[in-house]
Amino acid sequence: MSTIDAAGGHRRSPWRRENYLTADYGIWSWLLTVDHKRIALLYMISVTAMFFVGGIAGTIVRLELLTPAGDLVEPDTYNKMFTLHGVAMTFFYLIPGIPAVFGNFLVPLMLGAKDLAFPRINLLSWYLYTIGAGMAVVAIVMGGVDTGWTFYTPYSTMFSKTAVVPAALGAFVVGFSSILTGLNFIVTIHKMRAPGMTWFRMPLFLWAMYATSLVMILGTPVVSITILLLILERVFRIGIFDPALGGDPILFQHLFWFYSHPAVYIMILPGMGVVSEIITCFSRRPVFGYKFMAAALMAIAVFGFLVWGHHMFVSGQSMYGGMVFSLLSFLVAIPSGVKVFNWTATLYKGSFSFDTPMLYALGFIGLFTIGGLTGLFLGSLATDVHLHDTYFVVAHFHYIMVGGQVMAYLGAVHFWWPKMTGKMYSELWGKLSALTVFVGFNLTFFPQFVLGYLGMPRRYYQYPPEFQVLNVLSSAGASVLAVGYLLPLVYLTLSLWFGRDAGPNPWDASGLEWETSSPPPKYNFDEMPVVTGGPYVYPLGEQPGQDEREAHSPVHEHALPAGRS
Amino acid sequence: MAETAPAAAFASTHNPADPRAQSVGNTLPHSHVERHGHHPYLQHHFEDLGQQHDASNLGMWTFLATEVMFFGGVIGSYLVYRFTSPDVWGAASRHLNVTLATINTVVLLSSSLTMALAVFCGQAGDKKGQIRNLLLTMVLGTAFLGIKGVEYYQEYRDHLIPGPSFSVEKLHLETEANPSTLKPEEAREVAVTRGTAINLVMPVKTFAERRAQLFYVFYFIMTGLHGAHMIIGLVILAVMLQWARQGRFTAEYSNPLEVAGLYWHFIDIVWVFLYPLLYLVALHK
Repeated sequence: MSTIDAAGGHRRSPWRRENYLTADYGIWSWLLTVDHKRIALLYMISVTAMFFVGGIAGTIVRLELLTPAGDLVEPDTYNKMFTLHGVAMTFFYLIPGIPAVFGNFLVPLMLGAKDLAFPRINLLSWYLYTIGAGMAVVAIVMGGVDTGWTFYTPYSTMFSKTAVVPAALGAFVVGFSSILTGLNFIVTIHKMRAPGMTWFRMPLFLWAMYATSLVMILGTPVVSITILLLILERVFRIGIFDPALGGDPILFQHLFWFYSHPAVYIMILPGMGVVSEIITCFSRRPVFGYKFMAAALMAIAVFGFLVWGHHMFVSGQSMYGGMVFSLLSFLVAIPSGVKVFNWTATLYKGSFSFDTPMLYALGFIGLFTIGGLTGLFLGSLATDVHLHDTYFVVAHFHYIMVGGQVMAYLGAVHFWWPKMTGKMYSELWGKLSALTVFVGFNLTFFPQFVLGYLGMPRRYYQYPPEFQVLNVLSSAGASVLAVGYLLPLVYLTLSLWFGRDAGPNPWDASGLEWETSSPPPKYNFDEMPVVTGGPYVYPLGEQPGQDEREAHSPVHEHALPAGRS
Repeated sequence: MAETAPAAAFASTHNPADPRAQSVGNTLPHSHVERHGHHPYLQHHFEDLGQQHDASNLGMWTFLATEVMFFGGVIGSYLVYRFTSPDVWGAASRHLNVTLATINTVVLLSSSLTMALAVFCGQAGDKKGQIRNLLLTMVLGTAFLGIKGVEYYQEYRDHLIPGPSFSVEKLHLETEANPSTLKPEEAREVAVTRGTAINLVMPVKTFAERRAQLFYVFYFIMTGLHGAHMIIGLVILAVMLQWARQGRFTAEYSNPLEVAGLYWHFIDIVWVFLYPLLYLVALHK
């Protein structure tokens, strides 16, 4: 893909004295840092904490559903637990997860820049995240919230007696953190690319970050104003969405899903970027159809804004509205299909190695495909009437979010961990945890497809005894999954002390981030990189197609197309 | 607006088409200490002032795009209710003080002119002009908020603040062709044809009153959000004024002033949408 003028960090010891981790010492050098790599690590700690908060709540839900009777927790507690699970996972883990951790770490490195365009705004976004997460914790301490993560009105504004306002404020504040991150990425990708880094020489992860950022900056403000209206209605008892006061609750759902459907793409698009990087590296082949992959990311981001009504097929929106939204929802399948087929084509005749990141990436492709295809069931009007608000929906979006985003997140952790820390983790434990997550995940969520199809509604506290076998399977899977999530926490932490040095490029991967030392120096590169070719210069199994050769030619061309902006 | 003459001159120095290795004077990427010598306000991670200028301008434009969506959400909701109960909202709208709002529109658009002049003086390096125009902008902005306060007082006096003391007495709802004057079965008909399920379950007379209150809910939220943005804008202008006094803005570097100008113009544009939506739409009756 590119060369560094003078191959600076290649042969030095990776833990040389001056890297970004050792450049400054002391707690304030972390809490007041404007280094995008340190902020990425701060985010990693925060989102991991929130992931386990959400995970504990999810575990309690699964434990309660082990038996048909409601016998573990009170019904109100159960409502609070699935709400906490949803709020913590969506707003505080899934949405910021990959962009805030790996986007922050990698966007400047992959672009060949020294930092994001606005380093202080980047730090501000982490503080906003922390404040938002703090408010969510306050909501838990004040007794929890029982509205579900969707905060549907008028229940959330007029009837719920729980701590809706702090939880909603938390989501409001964390939204601004998301907006600032997206803004930073967009400006950085437009204005901070290294010499020679044209748009079509950017790795697909950067395209994914760009598409994600567009959704973040255009979708999040709408949910911000919606939550603000909700808070005003609840605090001042004025009717905005409450029918008893002249408002329209369906309007809330429209506004909420206008953001919260695109938010699904904030979760999955970065995952697609991660998987593209991993698949191409471990099959030693350039990504098949690079330009189509980039275009598909952008298309998903754009289509994602036009499909929100498919959450509301049975909410009383007009039938014609439903038909249009159904059609548009099906359109999303086209670019998603392009991605899955192109990953598969990238694998074709590749020379694989099944390292830990690759296991996660392959898991992503399979699980995302199942999640995507079951999305079509829900996107068609007639079947949705049957499946709406059942466990089928729960299974579907967990296949996208857990099978997609979480697999990609863990894949990214394992792929870039050597770059971030300079240390290798135990490959054996890595593979074991990847397999545990894959098995545990399918055991947890596949039975839920069946449960939902048989008619078990979501968010129910008790259920008829004939559903018990499937629920027990699901809960058993959840415990396997929990082990799979705890394992990396242990062996990755241990690797910081006991792992062997990674060296600048342990995977023999292509990309600017691998051309600097591990961990990278404070300003990322010893010499300003100059990019002279497309991404993904991998040894080819066979002669590539003509168009591919043009897009990915490793030949050092010096006639560089126009760049910035 | 983004590409001004001095900025364009800087922008040309960082064209990525020439590999950095060949352009002498730009080959000091890792020794940021040396690069601080270029200009006191050049941040370490930018190559040159031109790149910094482009980045901060694009940053503000991107932020304004999020602001468009933010106001878009509330304006969209306003429009939904306006279309589902146009008569009530028309009657409520006609009670607003159009004269004061028109004066305010003139005041705010004038402040946009003085802001543009301040930015121009910034690019010309005219310190006195910057200070004069920034002060004028702040005076006009404060005047806008003052007049808005008078309007709010009038609405408070007429019991139009949503809540327990809200009263439709002054809105002359009864004289309008609105659902509250219809017989219950006629109103049900109206509700069915408009297709809003809510109308069916509501006692009709109070429904009109509640929709009238809803108009004022939106009126206060929209003008309140706009006012909050004005106050933030005034704080930013105060900082700019201080920096202008310190002589920070020269022909070479007046970036923050430009970005503050973008924000201020955006606030004006929001008002340009709020003014007809809230005050003018129902005037013709």
